[in-house]
Parts: sequence; C-alpha cells; structure tokens
Amino acid sequence: MDTRDVGDALEATGVTVRAAGDGDEVAGVRPRWVALPESAEEIAVVMRVCAAHDLAAVATGGGTKLHWGAKPDRCDVLVDLCCLNRVPEHAAGDLVVRAQAGVTVEALARALAEEGQELALDVPVPGTTVGGLLATGIAGPRRFRHGTARDLLIGVTVVLADGTIAKSGGKVVKNVAGYDLGKLFTGSYGTLGIIADATFRLHPLPAARAWVTATVERPVTETGQVMSAADVLLTAVPAVTESPLEPSAVEIDWPDVEGPCTVAILVEGAAAAERGKTLCELMGEPMGGTAEVAEEPPPWWNRLPSSDDDTLLELRIGVSSLPHLLPVMRQAADASGARPAIRGSLAAGTLHIGLRGLPHEIAGFTGLVRDDAEGMFGGRVVVLAAPPEAARRLDRWGHAGALHLMRRVKERFDPDRRLSPGRFVGGI
Amino acid sequence: MSELERLTARLAAVLPPDAVITDPVRLRTYECDGLTHHRATPGVVVLPEGAEQIAAVVRLCGEHGVPFVARGAGTGLSGGALPRTDGVLIVTSRMRRIVEIDIPNRRAVVEPGVTNLAITEAVRGQGYYYAPDPSSQQVCSIGGNVAENSGGAHCLKYGFTVNHVLAAEIVTPDGEIVELSAQDPGYDLLGAFIGSEGTLGIATKITVRLSRAPEAVTTLLAAFTGIEAGGHAVSAIIAAGVVPAAIEMMDALAIEAAEAAVHCRYPAGAGAVLVVELDGPRAEVEHQFAAVERICRDSGAFEIRVAASAEERAAIWKGRKSAFAAVGRISPAYIVQDGVVPRTALPRVLAGIDRLQEEYGIRVANVFHAGDGNLHPLVLFDDSVPGEAERAEAVSGRILDLCVEHGGSITGEHGVGVDKARYMPRMFTGDDLDTMQLVRCAFDPRGLANPGKVFPTPRLCGEVPGVRRGAHPLVEAGLAEQF
Repeated sequence: MDTRDVGDALEATGVTVRAAGDGDEVAGVRPRWVALPESAEEIAVVMRVCAAHDLAAVATGGGTKLHWGAKPDRCDVLVDLCCLNRVPEHAAGDLVVRAQAGVTVEALARALAEEGQELALDVPVPGTTVGGLLATGIAGPRRFRHGTARDLLIGVTVVLADGTIAKSGGKVVKNVAGYDLGKLFTGSYGTLGIIADATFRLHPLPAARAWVTATVERPVTETGQVMSAADVLLTAVPAVTESPLEPSAVEIDWPDVEGPCTVAILVEGAAAAERGKTLCELMGEPMGGTAEVAEEPPPWWNRLPSSDDDTLLELRIGVSSLPHLLPVMRQAADASGARPAIRGSLAAGTLHIGLRGLPHEIAGFTGLVRDDAEGMFGGRVVVLAAPPEAARRLDRWGHAGALHLMRRVKERFDPDRRLSPGRFVGGI
Repeated sequence: MSELERLTARLAAVLPPDAVITDPVRLRTYECDGLTHHRATPGVVVLPEGAEQIAAVVRLCGEHGVPFVARGAGTGLSGGALPRTDGVLIVTSRMRRIVEIDIPNRRAVVEPGVTNLAITEAVRGQGYYYAPDPSSQQVCSIGGNVAENSGGAHCLKYGFTVNHVLAAEIVTPDGEIVELSAQDPGYDLLGAFIGSEGTLGIATKITVRLSRAPEAVTTLLAAFTGIEAGGHAVSAIIAAGVVPAAIEMMDALAIEAAEAAVHCRYPAGAGAVLVVELDGPRAEVEHQFAAVERICRDSGAFEIRVAASAEERAAIWKGRKSAFAAVGRISPAYIVQDGVVPRTALPRVLAGIDRLQEEYGIRVANVFHAGDGNLHPLVLFDDSVPGEAERAEAVSGRILDLCVEHGGSITGEHGVGVDKARYMPRMFTGDDLDTMQLVRCAFDPRGLANPGKVFPTPRLCGEVPGVRRGAHPLVEAGLAEQF
C-alpha cells in the first residue's frame, strides 16, 4: 500500500486528519494517522477509506484507557472522537439524555445537574468519555444499586467497519423492539464498531447523601492465619445489605495489605442522614465501634486503586465469597512479592486491585488469586491494564465461556479484523 | 416422507416415551399463544425434561433443516411462540425445578418452565423477591420472560428482565449447551440474548438476581375528572424527583370495564384514575408520599385513597390488573397495543388517539404504565360487524405510528413476535435491521430458531449487505415470510 495514496484518500474525506505523534500510541503501538470526525457520518466516511485500503482503526475518546486491553495487532488510524462532544438532547421531563461519544462524563454530569438530574453511574477514571465508558464498561461504587452502563443505556448509534451507520434501542426507557446492540457494544473494547452516540435513562439527583465509614485497624493479624477482616466483613456486610436501609454502595479500601482497611457505605435520599445514623449503629458493633457519618465521601471514593503505570486487575465474585479472598490476597502478596492496593464493591462483588512489583511478582500474584477465585469460588480475574513487561507474562482475560460464539459475532461485524484487532478476549 | 416426518421418527430416540405429541387434537392446544388471532398447528410438539434433551432435539432440527420454536407458558402477546406447521414446538413446561436458592449471594437458579411468581414465593419468607412482575406473573414462565425481556408495572423503578438475570445456560441453534454469564469477560452475549424472542436459542437454566423486599410500600389511588389532569400529575411527580415503584393510569372506558368485571369500586365519576406505588426505606417513602399526595391534589384529584394494608393495596390494584380481561365485558373483541412514548408526549399522543377514535368510529380504552410512557390502548371492536375488525386493525397501526412519530417505540414489553414485525421498518432503517441480524447470523446462520419473528425480512447470512435480488432464499424455502 502506498502511504501517500492512503493519506490522500483520508484527506479527501474532508475529515480533519493529522499525522500521529508520540502521544497517540495505543498500548505501545503507534498509528500513522489520527482522524478527528465530527459526526457519525464522518466516522462512516473514515471507516469506508479504512475498508478500501485495509487500514486497522482504533477509536479513542479521552485517551484515559488506551493502555487498557491487549496491544492491537495493528493500528493505522486512531479515530479520535473528541470533536463529537455535544449533548444533542436532554429531555428532562422524560429523564433521558442523548450524548455524543466524545462528551466526558464530567461535562455530561454538569449539564444534567442543571436540571437536577444525573446519570446514576460512578466512573472511577476522570476524563472518561461516554464512548470510553461504554467501550470498557467500567463502573464504580453505585453499581450495586443502579448496575453498570449497560443497565442505564437505552439507545446507541454505531458505525461498523464497512461504514454502515446503525442504531438500536431508542429514547424511551421501556422498549423491546429488536435486538439490543447497546448491550453487545458495551464492554466490547471497540472491536465491533465505533460508538457515535448513546442515550441513557437518568435519575433525579438525590436530595441528600450520607457516607458511613468504619475502619478495621488490623484486618489480618501478623501471623496471617486469623481472618479477622474476613470475619468482620462476613458479619458486617450482610448486616448492611440485608437491612431495609437500602444503601446505594458498600465499598472497601485496603491500600496496603499490611495496614488497616476502611469500609464506606453510601445512602441516598431525603432521609439519608437519618438512615446513615441507623447504619452507623448497625456497623458500629461488628466494626469495633468506629463508624462515623459524613456528608462528603472519603477521598478514595470512586477512584481506581492504581496509577497509569500499575497493573490493574478486576475481580468479580459472589459477595459471600469475597471476604474469603481478602486473606488470599494477603497471602498472595507475601508469596509473590507484589504489592496490591485493593478497592471496590463488597455489595456487588467487584474489586479492583492495583499492583506494583516486578513482572514475575505481578504474574505470581495474579496467578495465585485467579487460581483461588476461579477454582474455589467460581469468580473471575481480568487484567484490565498492565505495563508491557508485565503483560507478556499475563493471561489477561482468564476463563471466558462462550468464546467461540464471541468469535462468530466478531466475524460477522468485522470480518476483516480492522477494528481494534487483538485487543480483546481470545485475541478478538 | 417430509423432513419433518423423518425428524419426528427419530425423536423417540432422544426423548422419554410420552414427550412427543403428534396427535392432531393435542397438537391444536398449542396452536397459539396469548395473541389468539394468529394460529398455526405445530408439526410436532416435544416436552423435554432437561437441557440435554432440548439440545438433542435442536441438533435433529439442524440435521433435517426443520425450524423450531420454543414455548413456555404461552402467555406472550405478540405471537412469539406461534408454532410452525412445518416445525417442532419445544415446550418447557416439564422443566419447572428451582435448582438452587442462594440468599447470601442474592440469586436463584431455575429451569425455564418455573413461573415468574414461583421464584418470589420461594424466597418471600426470607425477605426477598424477584423484581420483574409482568401482569401474567402467576402463570408466565421465566424462560418466556428471558425471551421477551419482560417488564411489568414495577419496571419503572427496578428495570426489566435483562437487569435481573445474571447468567443463562442456553442451547444454541447448533444444539450446543453454552453458559452465558454477566461475570465472564467478553461480549455481553447474555444481554443480547435476553429479549431476542427465541431467535438466538433456548434458555435451559437461568440465574436470577433476588432483590431485598422493601421496608415500606404505600399505594395511592387518585381520581381525576379527566385524563389531562392525571397526566399533569404524572409529569409533576417525576419533576419533583420522585421515582415511584409504579405509576399506572386508566381512562373512563377502562374504568367502566373494570367496574363491570371486578367491581373495583373506583371513585364514581372519575374520568381517569392514577395508581401510584412508592416503596423503599420507610423514611424515604414517607417523604415521597407527602409530595405525591400534594401533587395529586394540586393537579385536581377529587378523591385520594391510600392503602394501609396488603388487602387494601390488592383492592386498588384489582381494577388495574383485571383491565385487559375486563374489556371483554364491554366489547366482543379487542386488540391490545403496547406502544411507548416519551412521558412528556403523553398528552399529545392521547389527543391523537381520541382523534383516531372519531375518525374510524372505533372505541379505545386506555390503560397504561404512565411513569414510563408505555401505553396499552385496548382497541375495541365487534367482529360480527363487517369491516370493523379491519378498522380496528387500522386504528391499532395508526397508534403505533403516533408512538414512533413522537420518538417512542412500537413495543414496550410485549415483544415484536409475528404481530409487529411488519412495523419494525417504521422504527428502524434497513441498515439498523441488517446490523441487528448480524447477531442472528452469528448464532443461527441457517435461520432455524423461531424464523419469521422480530424481523420483517430475514437477512441471508452469507450475502453482501445491501445486495439482494429475486426471492429471498429463506422465503423460497418456506422458512420465513416477508411483510
């Protein structure tokens, strides 16, 4: 392929195109061009040029998670959706919003707050765009109450590898007409098509919020034998989630397995303060009388426990098994030498683990935790992000059932493997 | 000998002796689901007892190129379980075991023939319930709920089947048993499967989420002189930041029918009644109730009743839940529609329905999930009067047009099935529908799973999109109709 011809073809689309630079790398792979479409139609034009010249494309929004997922087998064009940054429709009376893929969740939240509404999702990576939120399916503390992006998404417009523009769903919450492509695209890491815009159901902003926090000073004793944190949480978490107080989130923060861990619970609504007080009493006893109520979240709330250079794991497991994994992680840290920082939802059974250490230490830790989580408790451990040296030693996705069906879906949507090839589970 | 006959001869080898029905009289009991004006006697009916047996039947269908349709309790209202005369109807009524109840992890594993309400009944004593509550919940099966992504009055607050199913074991159209789990990495095939109306396979085991029963439930009935005032109250409740568990509305004709059928004793002279249910922590419900009551009065409610007990709540719901059947008391026949409009468009759409009633001389009773804009207009007609059925059908289609024009949907919870496949192009472009069918092609390239449902035109999976000449091969093969 003649690079100049391809460059000319991209130029001829009328879409803004520039040469890629150092900051445009996708998990270490540098594309040749960056295209900046401003509409679904412009994405389609770019995709048609990619199809004609067999160029591989990766979509990006805020670029905050471009290092997530495996590195692409190839990447010629980075499709930067930052110019699709409008909120074309916010029907406040219908509690529905349509936002373009490049709108950041922060900008969206500001626009919605003007009408006293919110997208009831916590997104733990600042600067995430609507498209990035959907492509990765990342979620924060209130997943326990409201689910994840797929549960609040009601409509989507996507552009396929051949330039076809397709939509599914719509702008009403209750709608079962046709297949729900939004679900399929959520968490698909850009391997099926490029999301151009998304429509979500909204919730009224709660009248008040209260956080109840409690700290366990010595979650695991020096010998590592006594599972005190696990014991505490095995009592305290069900006491909270089974109470009629309906918490929106129950989170743990355990930044260092040698040190204390904190549990924080969010309640929302007009009577939040009063419910918070009752929760405090409920939590006080099993947690050793340390629970407190606050109107502000703890500083770690809705943030991942890792920085961009760390390895980031996501553990998904039944909530009753989760406390048993805490001592497992302590033991895996000791055995491997890796240093985990743990944070996530005790109520929804999803933890994020930020890992520091040498590549073999990270691989050792991941293997030990995965063996226990998957083998003994039917859970899953997924490596969301890893530095290249560590990534080489890691099985990113672990067990994925129905992989052959996923491959068949990929073959139908992107038969020539031009969209984020190799980024996803099973090399999809 | 037809392929179906060859296949039927082999069924005995994979199923228990009494699990194959070929007697024409018995076959006819399966000729329709809840959409009774579409009927087809199935070629053969099978009553498997487990996933392996379903997989074996589906594999035989593949070998013989015979289509198959799954059926649960047969309560669907869009003909999703309408059988094929040239195919196999796979009925899950013998798969009714609750396999596991796991309260600490808030989930239950059930077979597809278990009724929706049976799940709640199994866990109610422990303070839990299964949230989606279609009106047919006493009899409808969870397998059918998964196929249709069923909702119910309370999905306004709690969402649909897809938000409450954590995993499903399915038999694919290849006859393979596969587990789809929300926990697994990869594509959300579970999310795509739920609501695919039996066109991607058959669910054989379903893991559902159990929800904690709320501390307090308050149900309020407000009577208004007209539907506009009731509609205003709905908008004001939502604008006040209240998300009730349910907001239901009935118009004068629907009230009249309910009164005739079940003597629900709704306030005399009401042009519309609103049923609002609030649930949650007691302190929150008290706050919200005060707001809702004030809004209803401000919007012109001339009577408000509050249920203080489960019995009083049941009395309020009785009229609403019996509305469909009750319409039979005031009209020889009727069509139920399931359109959805943005809540704010309700007044304009209701006015439009009024105009259609005048234009066609056809009465329409309105019962709807007002909170989420899901209309169930009951189009009344007398099938003994020549031309009236056609006019009712025309009104019904025009109502769906109104819904789509106002940014809504042709179906909120009943599904597309055979009933509304021809309306899909009013809502979606050819590209939209072809793209959805890429999923179908991945699961079922030969189009044997419930063909002729959902999509007006089947996509031939091998072809290049957009290029189609002559009769469609699936139409020629008799596997699908074009609308």
